Amino acid sequence: MRRLLGTCVIALAAMAPVSGAMAAELRVFACEPEWAALAEELGGDRVKAVSATHAAQDVHYIQARPSLISRLRRADLLVCTGAGLEVGWLPVLLQRANNPDVQPGTPGYLLAADVVPMLDVPQAVDRSRGDMHPEGNPHLQLDPHNILRVARALSERLSALDPDGAEVYRTAYAAFETRWQDQLTAWEARGQALNGMRVVAHHEDWRYLAEWLDLEIAGKLEPLPGVPPTSAHLAGLLDTVEARPVAAILRTGYQDGRAGEWLSERSGAPVLVLPHTVGEGVPDLAALFETLLSRLEAVAP
Amino acid sequence: MKPVLFAAACLGGAMTALPALAAETQEAALEAEMEALKADYDARLRALEEQLDRQARVEGAPATPARPALSSNAFNPAISAIIMGSYVSYDFEAERELAGFQLGGETDYTPEGFTLDESELILSGNVDQRFFGQLTLGIHDGEDGAELEIEEAFFDTQGLPGGTGLRFGRFYSDIGYLNRQHPHAWNFHDAPLPYMAFLGGQLGDDGIRASWVAPTDLYLAFGTEVYQGDSFPGGSDADFGDLYTAFAHLGGDVGLSHSWRAGLSAVWADATAREGGGHAHGGAAGPDVEFTGDSDLLIADLVWKWAPNGDFRKRSLTLQAEYFYRDEAGVVEFTEGVDAAELDYDGSQSGWYLEGVYGFGPRWRAGLRYDRLSTSNDLVVTSITGGLTPGEVIDESGLADAGYDPDRWSAMVDYAPSEFSRLRLQYTRDDTLEETNDIWVLQYVMSLGAHGAHQF
Repeated sequence: MRRLLGTCVIALAAMAPVSGAMAAELRVFACEPEWAALAEELGGDRVKAVSATHAAQDVHYIQARPSLISRLRRADLLVCTGAGLEVGWLPVLLQRANNPDVQPGTPGYLLAADVVPMLDVPQAVDRSRGDMHPEGNPHLQLDPHNILRVARALSERLSALDPDGAEVYRTAYAAFETRWQDQLTAWEARGQALNGMRVVAHHEDWRYLAEWLDLEIAGKLEPLPGVPPTSAHLAGLLDTVEARPVAAILRTGYQDGRAGEWLSERSGAPVLVLPHTVGEGVPDLAALFETLLSRLEAVAP
Repeated sequence: MKPVLFAAACLGGAMTALPALAAETQEAALEAEMEALKADYDARLRALEEQLDRQARVEGAPATPARPALSSNAFNPAISAIIMGSYVSYDFEAERELAGFQLGGETDYTPEGFTLDESELILSGNVDQRFFGQLTLGIHDGEDGAELEIEEAFFDTQGLPGGTGLRFGRFYSDIGYLNRQHPHAWNFHDAPLPYMAFLGGQLGDDGIRASWVAPTDLYLAFGTEVYQGDSFPGGSDADFGDLYTAFAHLGGDVGLSHSWRAGLSAVWADATAREGGGHAHGGAAGPDVEFTGDSDLLIADLVWKWAPNGDFRKRSLTLQAEYFYRDEAGVVEFTEGVDAAELDYDGSQSGWYLEGVYGFGPRWRAGLRYDRLSTSNDLVVTSITGGLTPGEVIDESGLADAGYDPDRWSAMVDYAPSEFSRLRLQYTRDDTLEETNDIWVLQYVMSLGAHGAHQF
């Protein structure tokens, strides 16, 4: 038995180097669909990007599933939001995937939160105030300026990891930047009409969108970040909304709709289910902001 | 030195002479030149400002409020503390006995009434770019006040190529499914019977692990561990390598809502003077039973999880089952006061459990578990001194099967106000002893500090 075991270990070790040579394209492990979409836009055919999560999931509550470990095992580049959004599962994946190329501190490890200005960085953290993020609000993909910031960092990483494609990545980034700047100008022109619009949010997830479009978040359905709505809290929120009406109640597709419906029935404000990332009918990043704008415009007073 | 002084003198002379030499025409030329320079700089400055402006749209404001830049505390490891306790009620209080099994490790019944279970302190973090380290301390009541136990103290390599990894130190083995989980992550208050009977609760020891994750879509991981070997099922008098393991885990997803993991593991132990077990009489100390020989264990495990769209906050179902089979052969030394005996022991034992946990929403879960053990041990008394008959020795050794298979039914409901706290009510119908024992447990698990892992 002992000899058999030894032979197994040697055989497996011998197989290992073969796998490294097989990788032809740059494998990107994205924690969220928006970063997978961005990597594909910037890397084209040279990159194969897969997202660990999809639009119908709450990224925070993912488990470190075996399939994710095997996917991270073969990744050349990890792109995640950071700021504690994946704190429950990404460290486990990193520990179990045995992949030195994507460990923190390597060029293969990129967190969006490290390259964008964070909002709501708390002065002090305490769990009695809900599921707080010491690094700031992690839902940063909903400000299109942040997409461009991450795009620049991501493009540099792609070039660093795949120097043969550096020229391709530079060209792709330049084209992306030009297109994005044009779209930004157009979106911001449309956004003028939404300035000052009052909304109720389910969670902290619309903070960056509100900052970008200058929306006023009158209240949240969750009494504390990550804590499901309670009837006492909703009653208080109804008072707020009745005192000064809101244009809409915003939530994502994966959030429980009951609290929003309750408030909507009593206040008359419509519930708006908005996309928060690519997927579920949103083909790419530009479409994400197009959809957000047009749905908000539809309920603007 | 001298050439330098000379040069300085020349330069000084030239400087003082310059204004005198400057003619009016030169002054005008200089002025024109200055104007041109100024215009040029203005243009460049404007271009630079525009460029900076463009850049700022990409990079954003200098970002984030300043964090304390220089502080040795910034390098503190992630710290978390687990506070666990329970209120337990029994029909009758008894010592743990599992007929046919020599017990070791932590398998005692929780004392009746309100007690602290184990409290844990966990520190973890990257040591440097190559190593990750973790220390887990268990704190519990001992005979002389609080006892500190080093449950885990290990470091992992992070820089090895080809999907390989090494772990050194003291750590829980990666055999089976539940073994590497700490009690606060369990779905029930206590470990399933096979974990108690075959591993003394959990297998953990000082040693080395080598693991390899295959570069495949299907999750495929192999590993082997070599231990010092003085933890159960090893003996107290061990040389490095007396206990070793091998395991293979595989897993994957089926669609968006289902995921699974299966595993096959083996533990080989050369046990020397493994103490434990024996049949005690009404509170009196039982006999000393020491096993020396080979103990080979095989574990098969399967876990299936379902959650709509993979979102465990809404609804979820977890089914998990493990099967244990062990073959032991060797010599048993029996001593009780003046009575002593030696037995040839050849045993084969098996055990399994099946549990299902259903999550109703973000806060409530309910679960059901059945666990069972069975034994077939051959015992032959080869020498005997004192007044006991061979039959009595076999009976008192605790290694004879009791004529029934020990089994239990457990049901639990738990409530988690947040990810960091959990309250649990558990009922167990315990048929491991001759008499059925109804056990009620009210348990709390509180996690402070660093965010825990969402282990699969």
